[in-house]
Amino acid sequence: MSYPILRLVAQRILLGIVLLFAVSVLIFAGTQILPGDVAQAILGQSATPEALANLREQLGLNDPAWLRYVHWLWGILHGDFGTAQSSGLDIATSISTRLKNTLFLAACAAIVAVPLAIILGLIAVRYRNGFVDKLISGLALASTSFPEFFIGYVLIFVFAVHWQIFPSISTVDDSTPFLERLQAVVLPATALTLVVLAHMMRMTRAAILNVMQSAYIETAELKGLKPFDIIRKHAFPNAIAPVVNVVMLNLAYLIVGVVVVEVIFVYPGMGQYLVDHVAKRDVPVVQAVGLIFAAVYITLNIVADIAAIVANPRLRHPK
Amino acid sequence: MADTKANSGKLLDIRNLRIEATVYPPGEAPKTITLVHDVSLTLEKGKVLGLIGESGAGKSTIGLSSMAYGRGGVRITGGEVILNGRDILKAGPKGVRALRGREVCYVAQSAAAAFNPAHKLIDQVVEAAMLHGTATRAEAEKRAVTLFKKLSLPNPETIGERYPHQVSGGQLQRVMTAMALCSEPDLIVFDEPTTALDVTTQIDVLAAIKDAIRDTHVAALYITHDLAVVAQVSDEIMVLRHGRLVEWGGTRQIIKEPRQEYTNALVSVHEIEHKEQQPGTTPFLSVKNVTAAYGGGHVKVLKNVSVDIYPGQTLAVVGESGSGKSTLARAITGLLPPEEGTVTFDGRPLANRLADRPKEDLRQLQMIYQMADVAMNPRQTVGTIIGRPLEFYFGMKGRERDKRVAELLDEIEMGKGFVDRYPAELSGGQKQRVCIARSLAAKPKLIICDEVTSALDPLVANGILKLLLNLQQVEKVAYLFITHDLATVKSIADSIAVMYRGEVVRYGPKSKVLTPPFDAYTDLLLSSVPEMEIGWLEKAIKGRRMESAGN
Repeated sequence: MSYPILRLVAQRILLGIVLLFAVSVLIFAGTQILPGDVAQAILGQSATPEALANLREQLGLNDPAWLRYVHWLWGILHGDFGTAQSSGLDIATSISTRLKNTLFLAACAAIVAVPLAIILGLIAVRYRNGFVDKLISGLALASTSFPEFFIGYVLIFVFAVHWQIFPSISTVDDSTPFLERLQAVVLPATALTLVVLAHMMRMTRAAILNVMQSAYIETAELKGLKPFDIIRKHAFPNAIAPVVNVVMLNLAYLIVGVVVVEVIFVYPGMGQYLVDHVAKRDVPVVQAVGLIFAAVYITLNIVADIAAIVANPRLRHPK
Repeated sequence: MADTKANSGKLLDIRNLRIEATVYPPGEAPKTITLVHDVSLTLEKGKVLGLIGESGAGKSTIGLSSMAYGRGGVRITGGEVILNGRDILKAGPKGVRALRGREVCYVAQSAAAAFNPAHKLIDQVVEAAMLHGTATRAEAEKRAVTLFKKLSLPNPETIGERYPHQVSGGQLQRVMTAMALCSEPDLIVFDEPTTALDVTTQIDVLAAIKDAIRDTHVAALYITHDLAVVAQVSDEIMVLRHGRLVEWGGTRQIIKEPRQEYTNALVSVHEIEHKEQQPGTTPFLSVKNVTAAYGGGHVKVLKNVSVDIYPGQTLAVVGESGSGKSTLARAITGLLPPEEGTVTFDGRPLANRLADRPKEDLRQLQMIYQMADVAMNPRQTVGTIIGRPLEFYFGMKGRERDKRVAELLDEIEMGKGFVDRYPAELSGGQKQRVCIARSLAAKPKLIICDEVTSALDPLVANGILKLLLNLQQVEKVAYLFITHDLATVKSIADSIAVMYRGEVVRYGPKSKVLTPPFDAYTDLLLSSVPEMEIGWLEKAIKGRRMESAGN
């Protein structure tokens, strides 16, 4: 009891693990309910009943559903996601390069977007209701309101076609050197930044404005602090919890929600991989990607929760 | 600079100060109201001027004008504020920042809200001194520790390492005083620094502030609505009302020979004569050996409490915050079911839990709260609010209900024109009256009054107390009157229960409880109530037998 914070954090992590298991059950059940037969899908319409029966036996499709779930989960816990039906490739190997690419793109976008959004939010609060505030809010909302494919094509038109500074196609593979890779993701990362910026900026602004009503802001003002120092030193530390929450939601979006941008820029990430295999009805791949996306969401939300707990001085320093 | 006539002794010279604000009444065009009408004052170095008046008198607004600060859209529109020989209203944002926290510092009413919860106390205490370059970090910290010692804070060396929530309210108020003194200002504005504290804690903080002022030779504007408090620390007192000066004079003159009628009313505010009623033969409500706890039995807040309430009489429950007064009310009403013990009503036991009580039992026990404005639905009119219990308990409707509502409004002396008003359109005292009418509408045998006058100005509170006493005569209702204010107790109680850390330490008829010999805690409580007498503070501190719990 002397470290309530450790207890709270442990609680969150355990809850996350339980939630992840629940999601895995849902994903598995969902794909089982789908019509169609895997063996039939593999062998095609002209397959003989004997061949179908043999393949079913081979794939373990005659086992009860719970047993197949246990086998599937057991494999995943050992890093074995199975093989893709459409290509026969090992899913874990295909995903690992894809996931690396997706994380790289997301990281590039986040490194720019998160600090920019927070700084713009702070500036908007400093000049609240004035021209600068309205300009920032207006531009950010406008960039969010445009669909991402529109932003993507505008970027391609301006930077790839007109000025020819950056490539319009962001194809990378394992052998691409870092700098080239970086150059390849500049346009998609910019598109993503423009999409997520406003949400985080507006939330930062709202959270800090809320804190600005507090009596301790008046105390700071009456000490003679400059307006921006008041926001930075006295308001922002108390607005961290809501800001971290919205930042994490947007980071999750950057990882799991970038299908459109990946398709536009032909970037070999998770989103494209998922869309491809949905089209091919490749159930094992869809399951694996779904589970990874769920894990990303849950992990980032746990991080947000923990950050909010740690940011609270009452929990960090109990009486 | 702007004024060269300022002589060297004068620190602050406010001339014809006019302060305005724009209000936005619902459904009307915005209009400008004047909060302070041409008030002038001067303050010499090292002197203390008390600003006194009820809420809305403009005391805080005037105090903050010495830092060229207008709270919440308030504008200083006329006059001069000459500090150290220059008009600070002409100083510009940079000039104003240079004097705030350097020449003038501020001590707020609620230190608990005025400290940033995210930073350590020491960081906040030394912030202004470092910002203005009056000390290095090490020097400022050394100074802070010296001040913590002077303000008799426990563990002065290490208390700064704590966060605000780790320190009690009375201590926090002293840390805030240390914070103001740390940058060695010429003037400190104390804005009701002890109002939010218990009497027993207030006396400590008051003594600490007084010593600190004397030892550092800092000048002060001391803002409060409590004349007895300001009489202890001030050299001069200025009485304000509705933003205008009423009277300004030496402390002795103001409290002994007030020249204005209003000042006189303030001086004699607490004196309501209430003749104690003898307890009847049988109480209608008995609390027997009640023990109650929060957190599933972990934190015992009531320990074996027994009290009786007689028909048409008032039992006052006194004690400092955390003594279990309000918990007793919650146990009686069933909001917090007791772990042990019983509450009997009219000879039969009441169900422990609120949900298990029949409607008739609910009707017999009504409550009035400290915060009248949050106890009413802001979207209902006064008529609806008072009419609700009539519908709920008696099934009254239409004209019959309206007639009864009108009668009740008459009883609370709010006759005509209030039925269709909303709570936001009422003053604090009027809101509390509506709450009283609402509880009376149920025709209860007992009304539990939980600190009902604590949030009100003394004169308004006085009116409420008189109203409650009159209503008791007419309606024969009994009160359980919870308060931390002993002066109020004297005015209203027939019997008194003194609570300390969840236990009743003294209980009986008023005359007995308030007659020596006292137990140590009752003595502390009684001796902590400020008296309108110069030198009372020193006498009271000397005569104490125990430390207050808040320390």
